[in-house]
Amino acid sequence: MVWYTVKRLIQGIITVWFIATATFWAMHQVPGDPFIGEKAVSPEVEANLKARWGLDKPAYEQYAIFLVNMARGDFGISFTQESRSVNEIIQERFPVSAILGILAIVFAGLGGVLYGALTALYRNQWPDVIIILLVIIGISVPSFVFASVGQLVLVTINQILGFTLLPVAGWGDVAHMLVPALVLGLGTMAFLTRLMRSSMLEIVSADFIRTARSKGVPAAQVFSRHQLRNAVLPVITVLGPSVASITTGGFVVENIFGIPGLGQSFVLAVQQSDYGVIMGTTVFYGAFLVLMVIIVDLLYAWIDPRVRLE
Amino acid sequence: MAEVSNEAVSNVIPGSGKQLLRYGLYAVVGFLVMLFALGQVAKCTGTRSSSIGAVDAATGTITLNLTQEPPQLDSTKATDQVSGMILGHVMEGLLRYDANDNLVAGVAETWSLTETDATFTLKQGLQWSNGAPITAHDFVFSWRKAVDPMTASQYAFILYFIENAREITSGEKPVESLGVTAVDDYTLQVRLIEPTPFFLSLTAFPTYFPINQAFYESTEGKYGANAEDLVYNGPFTIAQWVHNANVRLEKNQYYWNKDAVHLNVIDYAYILSDANAIINLFESGDIAQAGLNVELVDRALRNRWDIRQHVDGSVFFIEVNHREERLTSNYNLRKALQYVNDPSELVNKVIKLPGNLPGASIFPVWLQGVDGKFREEFPPTPLVTNHDKAREHYAMALEELGLDQITLVMLSGDNPSANKQSEYYQNKYAKVLGLELKLDRQIFKQRLQKMTDGDFDLVLAGWGPDYNDALTFGDLFTSWNENNRGRFNNPEVDRQVDIAKNSSDPQTRMEAFAKVQELLNEDVAILNNYERGSLYVLHPQVKGVARRSVGPDPDFAFAYIEDEGT
Repeated sequence: MVWYTVKRLIQGIITVWFIATATFWAMHQVPGDPFIGEKAVSPEVEANLKARWGLDKPAYEQYAIFLVNMARGDFGISFTQESRSVNEIIQERFPVSAILGILAIVFAGLGGVLYGALTALYRNQWPDVIIILLVIIGISVPSFVFASVGQLVLVTINQILGFTLLPVAGWGDVAHMLVPALVLGLGTMAFLTRLMRSSMLEIVSADFIRTARSKGVPAAQVFSRHQLRNAVLPVITVLGPSVASITTGGFVVENIFGIPGLGQSFVLAVQQSDYGVIMGTTVFYGAFLVLMVIIVDLLYAWIDPRVRLE
Repeated sequence: MAEVSNEAVSNVIPGSGKQLLRYGLYAVVGFLVMLFALGQVAKCTGTRSSSIGAVDAATGTITLNLTQEPPQLDSTKATDQVSGMILGHVMEGLLRYDANDNLVAGVAETWSLTETDATFTLKQGLQWSNGAPITAHDFVFSWRKAVDPMTASQYAFILYFIENAREITSGEKPVESLGVTAVDDYTLQVRLIEPTPFFLSLTAFPTYFPINQAFYESTEGKYGANAEDLVYNGPFTIAQWVHNANVRLEKNQYYWNKDAVHLNVIDYAYILSDANAIINLFESGDIAQAGLNVELVDRALRNRWDIRQHVDGSVFFIEVNHREERLTSNYNLRKALQYVNDPSELVNKVIKLPGNLPGASIFPVWLQGVDGKFREEFPPTPLVTNHDKAREHYAMALEELGLDQITLVMLSGDNPSANKQSEYYQNKYAKVLGLELKLDRQIFKQRLQKMTDGDFDLVLAGWGPDYNDALTFGDLFTSWNENNRGRFNNPEVDRQVDIAKNSSDPQTRMEAFAKVQELLNEDVAILNNYERGSLYVLHPQVKGVARRSVGPDPDFAFAYIEDEGT
């Protein structure tokens, strides 16, 4: 187990290095640099800028400097927010994305398991039909539509009530995060519902259920210990990667609800060719994703003893 | 997804519904506990919950949004519109714009301007927000900082009217040689390299704002990064700046003209760029102002909001690539495109947002001329749309180039508005001329890079003014201007701009610019598109907001809140 963990971690580091390298070279291939703006920069100023940021050095030298600094965990200074370091920006903004992401995952996980179980119990009856219809909508409609509609609904509700039930945008307390988190988690929730449903239905006819029931185990215990527990396994498998994608992929939701998260600054950095922030956030996200996958693999082994970590 | 098909086996274990319900309840309780915990953590992320509503007359507070986070607020380095707008509220130059766009005294009390010199006498007893006196040395310090090659300011060029500024930026001369001297604490003398009749308006520009040297040095390189890394001399101070979340301005008690400032707080409580989200905040009464796009006009009408119009000063056009290796260097081809061009159709049928004006010249309608507006004194010869003539010129171009068919590349931004416009031109050129237009859509920086590299035939481009003088547009297509990305080169245009630059007589200058205006249209340097206007809605109780084409916009510095019901 320990050896397996170490092996996976080494693999993870190589993956992150690969991501960093690919991003570094791709970024420098894209036309434009951090200094190009609507007003052309005079050659003198451009030379001064490049010299100050070390962009006058050959690319391989820049790459070497970058690698050394990355190994030390230093991503330098943001090109657009000149007086602030990339680490400072990530430290400030990642917690916001993480809080939103955790809440979205909880929405998705709880909702997915409960609805999935519900639809399986009432298969082909009206709760099943209604939920599956909603699931199809949840899977096929992109999150920016849900975000816009959600916000519009908030405006309307607040107007009808005459006071602010939930704020339309902004960040700061629980009231600000409910709707954005729900919107962010909706797609995953829908997906998990379907997964849970088919998994429940598959397991209910399994031999061990029949055995358990025939030897007289109380029904409630069969349901919770045998059916639910086994059915939830595939959900956990999927949950791992989706933790990463939800926590990092909140760009659209963050943009519409004015939430100062990391997803937003990542996309903005790409648009502004902010080399420092692009590299910092990519490596950070890459490492985060790799770590999540490793954790899920370990978790899976813990839940399901049939999985051997070899 | 193998579902059980054997109906003989029941797929429901009896009693499991109740069990599920119990789990559901556990989940809800657990969820609420977690919600509470997350709320506590969120409070530690440094941001704060939103505010008290769009306007609050009792406390003199207005709540607004910013479309982006100001990258930093060091006035010598600021380049973007949001930073310029905030700096305009919290800092003040020698002169400033009042609510009616007139230049009025700022830090300076009196001034005189000749062809070679400008002298400013500063008001005495003025203080920075930390109590330090404001002196002429603060200007000398910041202007030197702005041209210092170590600063590498992208706006250094705006000081190039001052002696040695350009040489200092290129590292040929020391910063101390800049033509600005503090004769004493309250007298500032500036030596100009050429007649600059609009120099006074430059002193209202952010790059010309003063910086307190002692304070600057105490921040150890972080000047402008945070609210506490700035010291203010304008109507407001930044009381709170939570990065990417909000900026809160409070009235500056040290401001010399504080009696004219009515608001106590301008709270930029949201940083949001999504137009729909912004209008949602406006509708729910959270912010006092919001912009409208085409899709939102109907909603504003339905809500019976008072829609206002604003000309932001920018001119949009198709920039043509005049480099020799490009087909567009052919005069007849350009002429053909010009005869197809129909700015009114573009504005009314494609862009469709009221407030935009069809383009007719590189010089926009609001520019100051000799006595009145430049465009009224020197109206450009109208360009007519004529498809027959377009085809004639196109035929000539084909013959001259020895081609049967021409394909051009149009570079444009990648946003709904730019896409609509480029598709309109694609369709139009194909229909009228049989010319194939390939569209090259790029995001902002990539488009600019391709423009700079000359990697286009036509590009949807625009230009915004830096100061209220025809020169800010007039020298754009001179052979020496780095912003002339199509490398248009007409010696007569260069000559006329030289005439204008070497004279301080308004008549001579404006006549020269009028010739530039004609030459650019005759030689088809560009194809005119539109002058941008915008629509916005404002809270009915908010008055005295200055919207302008040049300078900080929108300017709430001297705005006030009217009592309800009056």
